[in-house]
Amino acid sequence: MKRLVLILMLLASPVLAVQPDEVLDDPALEERARDISAELRCLVCRNESIDESNAELARDLRLLVRERLVAGDSNAEVIDYVVDRYGEYVLLNPRATGANILLYAAGPAMLLVALGIGGVYLRRRRQATESPAEALSEDERTRLEEIMKS
Amino acid sequence: MGRMVAELGHFALIVAALIAVVQAVVPMIGAHKRWYGWMELAVPAASAQFFLTLISFGALTWAFVTSDFSVQLVVTNSHSAKPMLYKITGVWGNHEGSMLLWVLILALFGAMAAWFGGNLPPQLKARALSVQALIAVAFFAFIIFTSNPFLRTAMPPMDGQDLNPLLQDPGLAFHPPFLYLGYVGLSMSFSFAVAALIEGRVDAAWARWVRPWTLAAWVFLTIGIALGSWWAYYELGWGGFWFWDPVENASFMPWLIAAALLHSAIVVEKRESLKSWTILLAILAFGFSLIGAFIVRSGIITSVHAFANDPTRGVYLLGITAFFMGGALTLFAARAGAMEAKGVFSTVSRESALVLNNILLSVSALVVFFGTIWPLVAEMAFDRKLSVGAPFFNMAFTPFMVALAMVLPIGAMMPWKRGRFDRVMRPLWGVMALSVALGALVWTLQTGKSALAPVGVALAAWLVLGAGADLWQRARAGHVPARESLRRLVRLPRADWGKSIAHAGLGITMFGVATLMAWEVEDIRVAREGDTFEVGNYAITFDRVEEVQGPNYLSTMGFFTARRDGEAVATLTPEKRIYPVAGMPTTEAAIHQSLARDLYVVIGDPQDGGGYAVRTYIKPFANWIWLGSIIMAIGGFFSLSDRRYRVAAGARKATSANGAVPAE
Repeated sequence: MKRLVLILMLLASPVLAVQPDEVLDDPALEERARDISAELRCLVCRNESIDESNAELARDLRLLVRERLVAGDSNAEVIDYVVDRYGEYVLLNPRATGANILLYAAGPAMLLVALGIGGVYLRRRRQATESPAEALSEDERTRLEEIMKS
Repeated sequence: MGRMVAELGHFALIVAALIAVVQAVVPMIGAHKRWYGWMELAVPAASAQFFLTLISFGALTWAFVTSDFSVQLVVTNSHSAKPMLYKITGVWGNHEGSMLLWVLILALFGAMAAWFGGNLPPQLKARALSVQALIAVAFFAFIIFTSNPFLRTAMPPMDGQDLNPLLQDPGLAFHPPFLYLGYVGLSMSFSFAVAALIEGRVDAAWARWVRPWTLAAWVFLTIGIALGSWWAYYELGWGGFWFWDPVENASFMPWLIAAALLHSAIVVEKRESLKSWTILLAILAFGFSLIGAFIVRSGIITSVHAFANDPTRGVYLLGITAFFMGGALTLFAARAGAMEAKGVFSTVSRESALVLNNILLSVSALVVFFGTIWPLVAEMAFDRKLSVGAPFFNMAFTPFMVALAMVLPIGAMMPWKRGRFDRVMRPLWGVMALSVALGALVWTLQTGKSALAPVGVALAAWLVLGAGADLWQRARAGHVPARESLRRLVRLPRADWGKSIAHAGLGITMFGVATLMAWEVEDIRVAREGDTFEVGNYAITFDRVEEVQGPNYLSTMGFFTARRDGEAVATLTPEKRIYPVAGMPTTEAAIHQSLARDLYVVIGDPQDGGGYAVRTYIKPFANWIWLGSIIMAIGGFFSLSDRRYRVAAGARKATSANGAVPAE
């Protein structure tokens, strides 16, 4: 039993996201590495960034990102470097090029259309009558109150 | 003897399915022909369908509790050494069992509508129950033909393969039932919407009937989502609380649409406007629930916590979704024109504010939907294999919530029909100034210059204080003596209390999210037993490591002491567990909770040079996220308990209207 457990631990030992030995000495550089890592997908995982992932491949990518940063790349250069090797699938925030423009435009466009429809509806509701009665004015309200009390 | 129980459950399931077929057909014909006997059949049928499904579910639970390893599902998802709690929750910790829970809740909602629907017009009731049964038929067939939980194995093994250890947790154990109560609760709003379309009539009474069901579903969804997020926070080992995972999005989209529906149903109820829009929302809310079921169970969009996936099931679920959405939307297109709006209102009014609420909530739901399916669309239509993850959703979704929070307190205090902006703002200027001042204070105090925390704090204060201002004004505080104000507050309708409480809860959740994301402190290091290290204001001492034997796992437990200014604040015991049967390791973070911050410690692997990988976080105001969600749910319960929606009150009115006494 003990041996079985030992074997299992060796086999499936979870590597917890960023490991101490990966952390760069320069805190500014490390922070950039973390920011970049949050944008990159762990390719063998389901919808996890390499920053969160326990997978071996994510660790390799994290080390690669840090290697490039130490070599003096800018954030954009590091990301380009990774995308060149692994394809755009690796990006959690896809690039706004080609068909992806649809994805980026969808939110603002739908909002504009909805506001437009809403505006037309409101205008029609308002025109449905000449002038809807205003809610009670301050005087009317106090008067109503007096009536209710008496 | 006990071995027969699974067959009994299987049999009860089949009979329930047949009764659902009858309930789907007979009352619908009855309502059309005005045959009251046929319509009346819906009530006993709904009861019988519910009790039979309950028997079936009970039988499956029995098989899990007694570890009947002749049932395939028990073999693959249970183990005789598992704690009793997880034997029971294991019933729905898998695809087949969770579908059985799904139909049980579906039948429960139908039965509730049958039992407490005495004051409904008989035709509407018959039609709604018939539609509800039609949904049940689809899911019964799905279970019986593709996902039968009662299948036997030819060679029963000595013991089972255990439940996924990640699911052996109280948070996750109760997350699915709440979520399903929410998803499936929306089926009732859907059934009422379709019934109203068939009748061609929507009025205030209809809205009064639909709102409690939607409200209940929304409250359960809120609790279910909060439980799931809380579980992810403490179980997954790095304290994330929301990942924009397709499965999470699947529960979040119906929540957003249900929130919109709640608000638009108020307009139908009070002002007889927005009728067709409300019907459309009721259809879409359940539609997103179905799409959610499809996403989770088909595996078409990969996700962290999808169930074992199977393409045939996916195709079947897609068929169900297409049938109900296609059917309902076709009906909508044919009939929506007949819904005539009555209410008239000006541009500055509560009605307009609620229209804006609906626009922001539904467009934000569509944005989440678009982002969730985009990888699929891009691959099929444009041959681009890409991902859409958290960074995109944070960017695309957050502006909608910011806009919603900005207009919410103003809209909440706007009078119906016609308001004056200056009058509404009078009690709110002070609140606004205070909120902006709080945001500015945070901006100057914090070290990093991120706008996240200041904006979050200002919006949260605006929402919470705005909700307070609403109550303050309703009490006419300052205008009448304090005693009188108090009396007014106490006598305020529960729905008004619910509104203010829920809106304040939203503010509190926003506060937690913004401050946690902005101010989290993280420390990653190799620590040896006896080491002390500084994280934020705390000194953490790694005392020792012990091997501990759990009921069905082995644990490596670290002991840490956290000190602040030399004083011990907490002892933390993070664990690394291994479940031998499932062959799977898990991490159990140690969390010391308080309102101001969580101390969060995770122990990792032993390192080659000695010591362990240790991750420590200080997570400010983390608990406010779930506290706010609970407050939102409490607000919903308050509103639900309002007298207007109480069944008896409605029933009395109905009898007097139906009785000999002529209406006014």
